[in-house]
Amino acid sequence: MVSDAHDFIRLDRVEKVFQVRRKTGFLRRERHEVRAVDSISFAVARGEMVGYIGPNGAGKSTTIKMLTGILTPSGGRLRVAGIDPSRERTRLARRIGVVFGQRTTLWWDLPLIDSYRLMHRMYRIPDARYRENLDRCVQLLDLGDLLEVPVRQLSLGQRMRGDIAAALLHDPEVLYLDEPTIGLDVISKARVREFLRDLNAERGTTVLLTTHDLQDIEQVCRRVMVIDHGRLMYDGPLASLHEVGESERTLVVDLERELPPIEAAPARVVRVEGPRQWLAFPASESAAPLVARIAAAYPLVDLSVREPDIEAVIAKMYAERTERSGQVNEEGGVGRGGQATEAVS
Amino acid sequence: MGTGRLYAAVAAGGFRRYATYRAATAAGVFTNTVFGLILAYTYIALWNEKPQLGGYDQAQALTYVWIGQALLIVMSVMGGGFEDELIERIRTGDIAVDLYRPVDLQLWWLSGDLGRAAFQLLGRGVAPLAFGALVFELALPGDPFTWLLFLVAVLLGLVVGFAIRFLVALCAFWLLDGMGAAQLAGLCGIFFSGMLLPLNVFPGALGEVARALPWSSLLQRPADVLLGQADPLGTFAFQGAWAAALLAAGRLLQAAATRRVVVQGG
Repeated sequence: MVSDAHDFIRLDRVEKVFQVRRKTGFLRRERHEVRAVDSISFAVARGEMVGYIGPNGAGKSTTIKMLTGILTPSGGRLRVAGIDPSRERTRLARRIGVVFGQRTTLWWDLPLIDSYRLMHRMYRIPDARYRENLDRCVQLLDLGDLLEVPVRQLSLGQRMRGDIAAALLHDPEVLYLDEPTIGLDVISKARVREFLRDLNAERGTTVLLTTHDLQDIEQVCRRVMVIDHGRLMYDGPLASLHEVGESERTLVVDLERELPPIEAAPARVVRVEGPRQWLAFPASESAAPLVARIAAAYPLVDLSVREPDIEAVIAKMYAERTERSGQVNEEGGVGRGGQATEAVS
Repeated sequence: MGTGRLYAAVAAGGFRRYATYRAATAAGVFTNTVFGLILAYTYIALWNEKPQLGGYDQAQALTYVWIGQALLIVMSVMGGGFEDELIERIRTGDIAVDLYRPVDLQLWWLSGDLGRAAFQLLGRGVAPLAFGALVFELALPGDPFTWLLFLVAVLLGLVVGFAIRFLVALCAFWLLDGMGAAQLAGLCGIFFSGMLLPLNVFPGALGEVARALPWSSLLQRPADVLLGQADPLGTFAFQGAWAAALLAAGRLLQAAATRRVVVQGG
């Protein structure tokens, strides 16, 4: 057994099963179970920055909700800072910060500063500490001109920065961010990411980030966990994820005229449409030498690089698993099939 | 006390949120005044026909009308207080954010609603009553102590009104859309608070029941304290008992609702 003192966050075979009732006819209902989180185990040390990724409905938010104590696990053991979150939600609340990209904790009708004054009281932050933290957030998140503006008048990016500051005034030991860059423009995204890196470096705040955006992970997290269908598919450095998933980036080139497929190994042409060609190359390789070679040999007009999306990486991981351990997967398939028949009967 | 300061800050926020909408406040004062005029002339017709109806003379009846207009929004008799927002937060799931906070839900919303009421008492209560006092001959007391007793009854009435609306709003956890429940509660509020007609006027068993229900704390009972028609201490005891009972019920329902969210994910 590893002691809790070592790991700040620790999950042992944590499960969350929802009972879903479905109408099947007049007054007829049947219950079936949805396994949102299926026996997940991991540990996060103090000061780590971890990305938690997966497609919609994979179980990311359910995990975060269990970590913050607003959902009780159906099974397994879960500890944050030695505390069982669902039993001592309020005590834990003083030590964590939570930011939801699509929800706000700020007072809609009032100036930003009013919400911060409220946090000051809510978390009983000592005056000097509050001043210091507020000044720091205002400076780093560039909130100076926004403090007196009612929240409803803020842009999405400004509101997001406001929400992040609100979550940090009480010096939380861990910060959970659920899709913090969703809907933000490139500059706002970069700003949020930079702030998170600084926060971690200066304060040692543990950060757990769920996202759809691989760039969030690339620029913020050293470690990434992939979840799908409630199961942990991968836990390790991002670079290795690309290897595991054999993910590829795509270089889109516009040539002056229609030409036969470009030859530039290790890249290979995957699609041609008039003068435009799509080339796939391993995500671990740099795009620069490839671009230089193509530019030297072909009449290049324009180009862009597309990052692999998480869905594609995960799909590849699935395919790999099936090839490598078909049997295990088959068993899983039987299990699922069994459940499905149950639901129908 | 740290906790006291937090809820004071929440109340101050509630006050200022409503204070930002000045045009809405002005429009509301106008509406209350027009509505008050219509009711006042209806009551004059009624009391000419039946003087001493319900134990009020005509001046007292008119005073009752204008106190009603002053308190209509303050007490959120027809709804329109914090509960719309709470219902919306439950519906959209934003309530999850509230559960992350180290605060008590009921106290949080009560503080915010008292802040709102304080603003609306000043912003929307004083003007219609002053207008009524200028245009009609009202039976307002000259004794400041009676006004103080009235304010205590208003405060207790606010807590009772809050407790009712808190219960109604929490129904949204089970009903998914709580607006129907809120509208039903609004109708009960209008009738049983005495907003349409003083409850003293209701005959027999209906009157007895209406006067015993918690809604009478919102208008009838504070008005009677101001008009010198009721024993203040008895009124406070009545309101206090309902406030305690309904707040306790709200607490139980809140615990059940939280458990539901925590186990079923809303």
